[in-house]
Formats: sequence, C-alpha cells, structure tokens
Amino acid sequence: MRAAVIVFPGSNCDRDLAVAFERAGFSVDMVWHKDATLPDGVDIVGVPGGFSYGDYLRCGAIAAQSPICKALVQHTERGGYAIGICNGFQVLTETGILPGALLRNAGLKYICRTVGLRVQTSDSAFTEGYNAGDVIDIPIAHHDGNYFADDETLATLKDQDRVAFTYDQNPNGSRDDIAGILSGNRRVLGMMPHPERAADSGHGGTDGAALFRALSGVFAPA
Amino acid sequence: MKARVHVMLKDGVLDPQGEAVRHALGAMGFDKVEGVRQGKVIDLELAEGATEADITDMCEKLLANTVIERFEIEMV
Repeated sequence: MRAAVIVFPGSNCDRDLAVAFERAGFSVDMVWHKDATLPDGVDIVGVPGGFSYGDYLRCGAIAAQSPICKALVQHTERGGYAIGICNGFQVLTETGILPGALLRNAGLKYICRTVGLRVQTSDSAFTEGYNAGDVIDIPIAHHDGNYFADDETLATLKDQDRVAFTYDQNPNGSRDDIAGILSGNRRVLGMMPHPERAADSGHGGTDGAALFRALSGVFAPA
Repeated sequence: MKARVHVMLKDGVLDPQGEAVRHALGAMGFDKVEGVRQGKVIDLELAEGATEADITDMCEKLLANTVIERFEIEMV
C-alpha cells in the first residue's frame, strides 16, 4: 500500500497527513510540487492542508497549476484515489477535480476548533468505517472554508449521494452545511476539516483514524 | 502594451468582505450605502502582439475562478 503526499511551498499539514497514512499501514512518499510525475504504484495521493503559495490570488489557485497537479489530474482521470484536506480541498476544486469553490468564511474570521461532523454517506472508501448519521469530532482550521456551488451542482451532489460530511453547526456559511464532497466515481474526497489531526490519542481525539483505517482496508493485499 | 483585468464575485455569490465594509461605512455614518462588492484589479504588462483572446484565456485558466467570479478586460 503506497500513498504519496504532495508538498507545496506553504504546506503545513503534510507530515501530519503522512503520519496518519503510515499509522494505517501505508508506505508514504513525499512528493515535491515541481515533480512532474507521481511515484509508480501509488494507490492514493494526499493533498495536505496549509497555505500553498501563501494563498496568493486565491487559495489553491497557484498550486493547481503546478507540475505535480497536472500529474494529479491525470491520476484521478485514470480512476486513481485522492484526498484533499483543507487547502488540499481548495486545490482539488481549483484543478476542477471536484466541483464548486471555497469562499471566505461568512464571519470573516479564521476558525480553529473542533466541530461536530455528520457523516452523510458510508458509501466510499473514505467513509465506510463510519455509519451514515454518525457525528464525529474533527478539528477545523481555515479562513476560506465556505463551500459554494451553484444550485444545479448542489442538486447533482445530493442526487448522487456525494456529500460525504456536513457540519452539525455550520461554522463558515457553507451551502447546505457542506464540509466534504466526493467525486463522481467516489474515489476523490475533498474536505475542510482535518481527520489527520484527530488520529492519535495525543491529538485529543481519534475520530479521524477510521477514515485512514478504511482506506487501508481498500488497498491491503488480499 | 497593458491590460487591466477586473475580477468580481458573481452576482448571487455572497461577498462577506464587501458586507463587512458596508457595515463599517454604515457605522461611520455613511448611511446611503446600500451595498458593497469587493473585487480585484490585475494589471498585465504585455509584449506586442498579445490579444484580448489571450487575456480571456488567462482569465479563464488562472486569474479568475469562473465558478464564483466574473471578469472584465480593459485594454489600456
């Protein structure tokens, strides 16, 4: 089982994400943004949180044009798995891999605290360790987490059961309380909250660990 | 050769920053402000031969996120 974690200038959750993958049994390659290819045999690519390129222009906009993101787009077009967390979610929307965009929080403040997330679907490699309807405690830490998509896109996401997580109490103004969404083939997850920051008892919570355990169940050799 | 690109949030997309500016103006006593929308201005210095179509391409691929933003190009 192999995971790759992309490192942009300004990423700051890359090592946390790598540790979460390693704890779940993955071997992890850290991949620099200037690399034009992903390592051979990678099962899943992690796009970490942080402030890639200082959030210049728009969060994730410059990162989305980096050489490694071209390889990431090709990886997902071939049906490869990926997870984007926080800034990683912003990068995935800016590349067009996931629909919608992340706007400035409605309250204009950077918010850093643990929130209740409702699992909306257990039908994905990322969420099958939870039951739909479960509320899990996961930290958020963002200034631009206010998910926006037009009415048509929201209807499609709902019809196709692609809303992975919603906020129990909406902290940022996101439409329909959306905290995380899946791609059409359910192999790419983007979410603003940080499951990798709730994956060890030292973190003050372990509700995120089930996400990484579920992924290891998908890729473990039979 | 220069061009100026104006990038604004689309109508219907909430602009919390513009709304905060409106509140502040109201609190300062400017009571005739009914709405504020905040955007970006990007100035491009271009080599001879660059066309408006080139700039449109730049806007669609990078300078604006057309999911949430609209843009206008001004050749100056």
